[in-house]
Amino acid sequence: MEILVCVKRVPDTSENEIEINKDGTDIERDDLVYSVNEWDNYAVEEAIQIRDKVGGSVTVVTVGDDESEEVLRREMAMGADKGILLSDDAFNGSDGRGIAAILKAEVEKGNYDVIFTGALADDGAGQVGGMLAAMLDYPYASLVNKIDATDDKKINVGREIEGGNQEMNEIALPCVLSIQTGINEPRYVGIRGIRKVASVEIPTHGAGDLGIAADSVGEAGAKVKCTDYFVPEMGEGAEMLEGSTDEILEELVKRLKEKGGIK
Amino acid sequence: MAQQIFAYIAHKDGKADDTALELEVAARKIDADASVTAIVVGSDAVCDEVAASYKEVWKIRSDAYPNAEVIRKALVSILPADAIVLVPHDTFGMDLAPGLSIKLDSAFVADVVGLEGIEDGNLKIVRQEYSGMASTHVSCDISGGAVINIRPGAFQPDESKGAGGSVVDKTGDAGDLSETTRRFLEVVEAEAGDVDITKSEILVSVGRGIEDQDNLEIINELAEAVGGDVSCSRPIVDAKWLEKARQVGTSGQTVKPKVYLALGISGSFQHMGGIKGAPYIVAVNKNAKAPIFQMADLGVVADILEFVPELAEKVNEMK
Ligand SMILES: Cc1cc2nc3c(=O)[nH]c(=O)nc-3n(C[C@H](O)[C@H](O)[C@H](O)COP(=O)(O)OP(=O)(O)OC[C@H]3O[C@@H](n4cnc5c(N)ncnc54)[C@H](O)[C@@H]3O)c2cc1C
Ligand SMILES: Nc1ncnc2c1ncn2[C@@H]1O[C@H](COP(=O)(O)O)[C@@H](O)[C@H]1O
Repeated sequence: MEILVCVKRVPDTSENEIEINKDGTDIERDDLVYSVNEWDNYAVEEAIQIRDKVGGSVTVVTVGDDESEEVLRREMAMGADKGILLSDDAFNGSDGRGIAAILKAEVEKGNYDVIFTGALADDGAGQVGGMLAAMLDYPYASLVNKIDATDDKKINVGREIEGGNQEMNEIALPCVLSIQTGINEPRYVGIRGIRKVASVEIPTHGAGDLGIAADSVGEAGAKVKCTDYFVPEMGEGAEMLEGSTDEILEELVKRLKEKGGIK
Repeated sequence: MAQQIFAYIAHKDGKADDTALELEVAARKIDADASVTAIVVGSDAVCDEVAASYKEVWKIRSDAYPNAEVIRKALVSILPADAIVLVPHDTFGMDLAPGLSIKLDSAFVADVVGLEGIEDGNLKIVRQEYSGMASTHVSCDISGGAVINIRPGAFQPDESKGAGGSVVDKTGDAGDLSETTRRFLEVVEAEAGDVDITKSEILVSVGRGIEDQDNLEIINELAEAVGGDVSCSRPIVDAKWLEKARQVGTSGQTVKPKVYLALGISGSFQHMGGIKGAPYIVAVNKNAKAPIFQMADLGVVADILEFVPELAEKVNEMK
């Protein structure tokens, strides 16, 4: 099975405190730690497991800048066979549809049976997979948490729905699936694994190579634009307990007792 | 000119979802004069229920399990090209909406929490990024229509039910509703666990801040001290450190405790969406800017690995 996995380089929110820059045009990016979008690691792991079972290959692709190469190498260290970087100044400022259009052009250069995306990325949208599928006219399922790939015409997938229930579907190939966390346990990648793939060549494709009109993507093609960032204010906010640890503990236990939090 | 806005009505077991009324309120935040039409792919009972809150309801008769691929095709057949379509941002909405926007050739904005009206053909929208740690204003060009996914619970529903709306049958225009490249097979129900956290009065809930499976011991000790049950956020279940039945959130359990202790949990809407009945929420987090502090009643900025054992000891001492 030929599998393409779309991956994205994102700020690691468990490692960083996200701050907004002075003029509110973006988050403060100077000291951010970046990593692969959490969901994409599950997608790559799933692809590798399927390949190891039924044969074929796993390609990882990202739309990004030179620094995005590092996430491709990380996923290749996990076990992906190939990496492709899609990069061009014309891609800057793309909305979800723009990213999907760029990925579509790359998909059409290959011969993939299944395309994976993550269910969600740092923008909290969960849009690229569904858009890509619709552009390609491929069937789509989102939030996939189980895949049974034994047939080369159709596969069975489980989708996560509310309440921890699972919706089973049969999907015709080729298809696009967005992968939900928990579907597997992504393998650990050590520094040695990364070193092994450090010198593998990663081709870069730009708008020209992909036959994309520059004004159809990037900021020029975007119907959806972020105008400013601000610190969210929701509700009144918690009353914060302050003081010495002992004072805090004493007050907290008192409150818990009052509110029925201690039996 | 007043906008024509459509609201996709989610429903289950013959009853409209809570989001049905929330979308109607959201539509009026886009344009107070908009004509708002509910779209129901389902039964007459749901249409009648929804007509109490919407002036117009478009019905597509179907008893089938909602298959996003089939419903997308039906919507593309009946919707005008420049429609603004509101869809709940739930697991079905996430399945349907991005592809729908492509097929309608319109803009798409996901997981919307605020709407601030239309200016010069652009709809001003509030969203969150980076797990709720930053909010952003988004400008969406609606000249060619738009599909807008609305976060469940973000808009207060209008319960007045005085619309007395009419139901228009659009089934004939919706085309062939049979499944083609994606076929629904069955729903597999979640497995029950050792404890039923939906019945717990005190929940000691742990998130990714616990860092390691071995550290769960301190959470168990605190739960024992206060006489509560241990629940958790999703990453703890994904890592297989606790069973799925202990997960609180939209894709886990809906809980209604009296007191909820959120320990090392950031406060994502999918997690908070599983907490009902307005419990007293206490959050302990090492990041003073964690979104959980905006939703909790009481907050402590601390490292849970140090604070939780101390708290357990104090509880035992003061009990
Ligand atoms: C369709 C869908 C459904 C989902 N359903 C659910 C669901 O049902 N339930 C759910 O929980 N999530 C769900 N999620 C995932 C959700 O979006 C978040 O990713 C998740 O809730 C984050 O869990 P968390 O708060 O434990 O982790 P994080 O967001 O990583 O937060 C960890 C927090 O711990 C703090 N911390 C770290 N170390 C310490 C320390 N030593 N002491 C104190 N604090 C510390 C950090 O500051 C941070 O705030 C769903 C996602 C999707 C896309
Ligand atoms: N720049 C990008 N390059 C490659 N894939 C992307 C990019 N942005 C988003 N994706 C894919 O789309 C998924 C969902 O992201 P989003 O729709 O942005 O929430 C991610 O997990 C990736 O698989």
